[in-house]
Amino acid sequence: MPVTWVHRFRHKHDKKHYTHIWRKQRQERGSVIFMSSWKYEEDGCTVVETCAWSPPGDHPVGCGLKLYVKNGELVKAIGNPDHPITNGRLCPRCLALKEYIYHPQRVIYPMKRNKEDRGKDAWTRISWAEAYDIIEDNVNRIKAQYGPEAIFSVIGTGRDMWHTVPFVTFGALGSPNFTYIHSGWSCYGPRCAISAYTLGAGYPELDYAAMFQEKRFDDPEYELSKVAIIWGKEPLKSNADGLFGHAIVDMMKRGTKIISVDPRLTFWGKNAEYWLQLRPGTDAALALGMLNVIVNEDLYDHEFCDNWVYGWEELKERVQDYPVEKVSEITWVPAEQIIGAARLFATSKPATMTWGLATDQKCNGVQQAHALLALMACTGNIDRPGGIIVGAPSFAAPMWWGWDSLPPELQAKRLGSDTGLGGTRYPAVTTAISTVQPDMPLDAMETGQPYPLKMSWIMSSNPIACPTAAPQRWNKAFKNLDFNVVCDLFMTPSAASFGDLFLPVATFAEKDGIVATHYGSLSMFVGAINKAIQVGECKSDDEILLELGHRLNPSVFPWETMDEFLTWELDQYIPGMTFDELREKRWAVPEWHYEKYRKGLQNFDGQDGFITATRRIELYEPLFAEWGDDPLPYYEEPPYSPISTPNLMKEYPFVLTTGARSWVFFHSEQRHVDTLREIHPDPITQLNPETAKSLGLKDGDWIWVENQFGRAKQRLQVFPGIDRRVVHSQHAWWYPERPAVDGPYGPEDVFLSNINNLVPHKLIGKLGFGAPYKCMICKVYKAED
Amino acid sequence: MMSKYGLLVDYNYCTGCHSCEVACKNHLGLPVGKWGIKVVEVGPFVTKAGTPDSFEWIQMPVPTELCDMCADEVAKGFKPMCVHHCMAACLEYGTIEDLSKAMAARPGKQNLYMPL
Repeated sequence: MPVTWVHRFRHKHDKKHYTHIWRKQRQERGSVIFMSSWKYEEDGCTVVETCAWSPPGDHPVGCGLKLYVKNGELVKAIGNPDHPITNGRLCPRCLALKEYIYHPQRVIYPMKRNKEDRGKDAWTRISWAEAYDIIEDNVNRIKAQYGPEAIFSVIGTGRDMWHTVPFVTFGALGSPNFTYIHSGWSCYGPRCAISAYTLGAGYPELDYAAMFQEKRFDDPEYELSKVAIIWGKEPLKSNADGLFGHAIVDMMKRGTKIISVDPRLTFWGKNAEYWLQLRPGTDAALALGMLNVIVNEDLYDHEFCDNWVYGWEELKERVQDYPVEKVSEITWVPAEQIIGAARLFATSKPATMTWGLATDQKCNGVQQAHALLALMACTGNIDRPGGIIVGAPSFAAPMWWGWDSLPPELQAKRLGSDTGLGGTRYPAVTTAISTVQPDMPLDAMETGQPYPLKMSWIMSSNPIACPTAAPQRWNKAFKNLDFNVVCDLFMTPSAASFGDLFLPVATFAEKDGIVATHYGSLSMFVGAINKAIQVGECKSDDEILLELGHRLNPSVFPWETMDEFLTWELDQYIPGMTFDELREKRWAVPEWHYEKYRKGLQNFDGQDGFITATRRIELYEPLFAEWGDDPLPYYEEPPYSPISTPNLMKEYPFVLTTGARSWVFFHSEQRHVDTLREIHPDPITQLNPETAKSLGLKDGDWIWVENQFGRAKQRLQVFPGIDRRVVHSQHAWWYPERPAVDGPYGPEDVFLSNINNLVPHKLIGKLGFGAPYKCMICKVYKAED
Repeated sequence: MMSKYGLLVDYNYCTGCHSCEVACKNHLGLPVGKWGIKVVEVGPFVTKAGTPDSFEWIQMPVPTELCDMCADEVAKGFKPMCVHHCMAACLEYGTIEDLSKAMAARPGKQNLYMPL
């Protein structure tokens, strides 16, 4: 069964197949739209209305902006009050747009550098034509000498390129190796993949009535969530994957109660009915403990569990291994809070949940995701108004664009593919996701196995400052490659260290494009990105894609203009609509239905049920067993923890969690924007006041956070909203203002405060997902220098 | 002379996002080190141990003397830029009389700012 099932799964990546089923249904029903013009004169300026999506870095919310342009220059950017979700609101990142766009450190022309000058400020301005010539020469040389698989691409998280980079890789460069080099794919991928296997649906998300653009929360189809669990996530700062975080504040004002699951106090914890302050890394145990309460107190939705869940009896038995007292001991959350939160969630209908990045950033993440899906499902909240809504069957198809243009023997060589030709098999990663297993490129670069890598194409990723574990090893490995192309806006430490060619990328104010929440896998909002200005010779990622595609593999890129390409892209989300129509309407909503699984709309064949072998939500997942893991969710201690490594705790007495979001930065971006840096000047490590006192440290001290793998220098913030046994450190810090030894931003600087120095390479879960960014161990001491 | 207009902060909901600060700096053209409005943080500190609501933690946007209530934007029909961009929609602009009424009608912690 599973083998044929996986085969069926592949078909879902076929856009034609998807379109065939859905276009007909959607065209019959049409879309909710608003008619207006997006470009007009006001105040002596041309105003261009647009929906934002990267760069500058952000997720696909598509926040509404009015860009005021005079003599070709952006003079003002304000929020667009007409926007149905953001209502004119903007976060500091977009408010600082002008400063970001015209920053003197921005790179606005293509540049090349000799390979022997890597790390030095020895760049030469060139034309786009020369840049493409250099790329073409290198691609052809490397393909002839080592095979197309020796080329790989690197993508950054969340930005407007989840269709672009795979398409560049498969379609233009002709390689099967599209990579996202965050160890264990520890962001979004596991949640998406697990949802795909066990639900067969696009990403499950908290329902904030985004699809009802006229009446929003007052739409008669919508019902306000009585309770929202915010689990391991800070949507206020991240707006992750398109969830406009402050919409949950809008819901709170209307009466939604909050349950916060977070090791640290946040706005949510402060305002929660229950703040479950768990030990970092123990989330799966907490979820199983809550399920234990719901099962044993008979608080579950019998109709849903009887008809739409597979493996409920097995799960009921499994949760008996997680009595609340035991879970309390593991998680440090008092038993009465676990019971209270479980009861409140299970007895409130509708109840909703938004699960965060923390789900993925642990080796036990797949099981945590599975347990959280069980919580959503057994309480009968899946795809109900005010519950947890899921996407129509699409499987984030843009991630697979161009894949079919590769010959099967080349597809089989993808790193981690289930053929074995790509080294260790990670079918749980490579079946649902078009990337390689993320740790494998480093192994291939360091060992030449299963084959050597020679060229990288890095598009809006800053590998050594942000996503990689053991970043110094990655830096060395990139430096050993033959040829590295970096597409970005600023001279990042990665580009400075090992880039040979720098292609300058346009911001969203300088491009046409489309923004769809959740990258199209759950699109409640589709907005037009409208070009307002041109800066230097910058091009959008999609323009680079098309131009390079036309050069290297024209038959895969039949679109002559961006308009044609964007209309083709839009067809994915709103069949039949052209890009010009979308921009005239400014934004639109794809057809929406609740409870699709009861209406024959959750499956490709028009029958009821989910897209799984059992047509039910598989809380017992046979595929996990097939792939060598437990078919049921379970808890496993983090590899380094007070329980796993008690001896090491003598040297490294604290649990280290990392990567909480900033109001003003998107990962490693924006450190050079003065207005934003003023708000957040330093990399912050938080310690409980009692812990700080016991270490003789005070607020504002520069400190080293260190473990057996490395150390990072950060600034201490004394914070009572964190457990005495826990340390939190921020990620992705570097210093564009500092001179470096061998260039403007040399390696020494980027590793100084990089907290991923403390996270080892490839310490991942069995299925290839999850690395312990959120649950390492450390010690802390004063930095004397 | 007393101004007729003010700003009402429903600080139950201020998340501390700093949008008001940056929107205001854009409007007034202020450099690093100067603010027309600034979010002030009180806490977090523990008030009574043992329960989740034992923390006090306030984020409060405070207008400064540089605040001009965005007179030119208001003349064009916009709200003051801090109000316009407030992510939590917890800032309100209006006449002191209207805002006082709104304040009295709504539960929870609020603060009414009236300029000189």
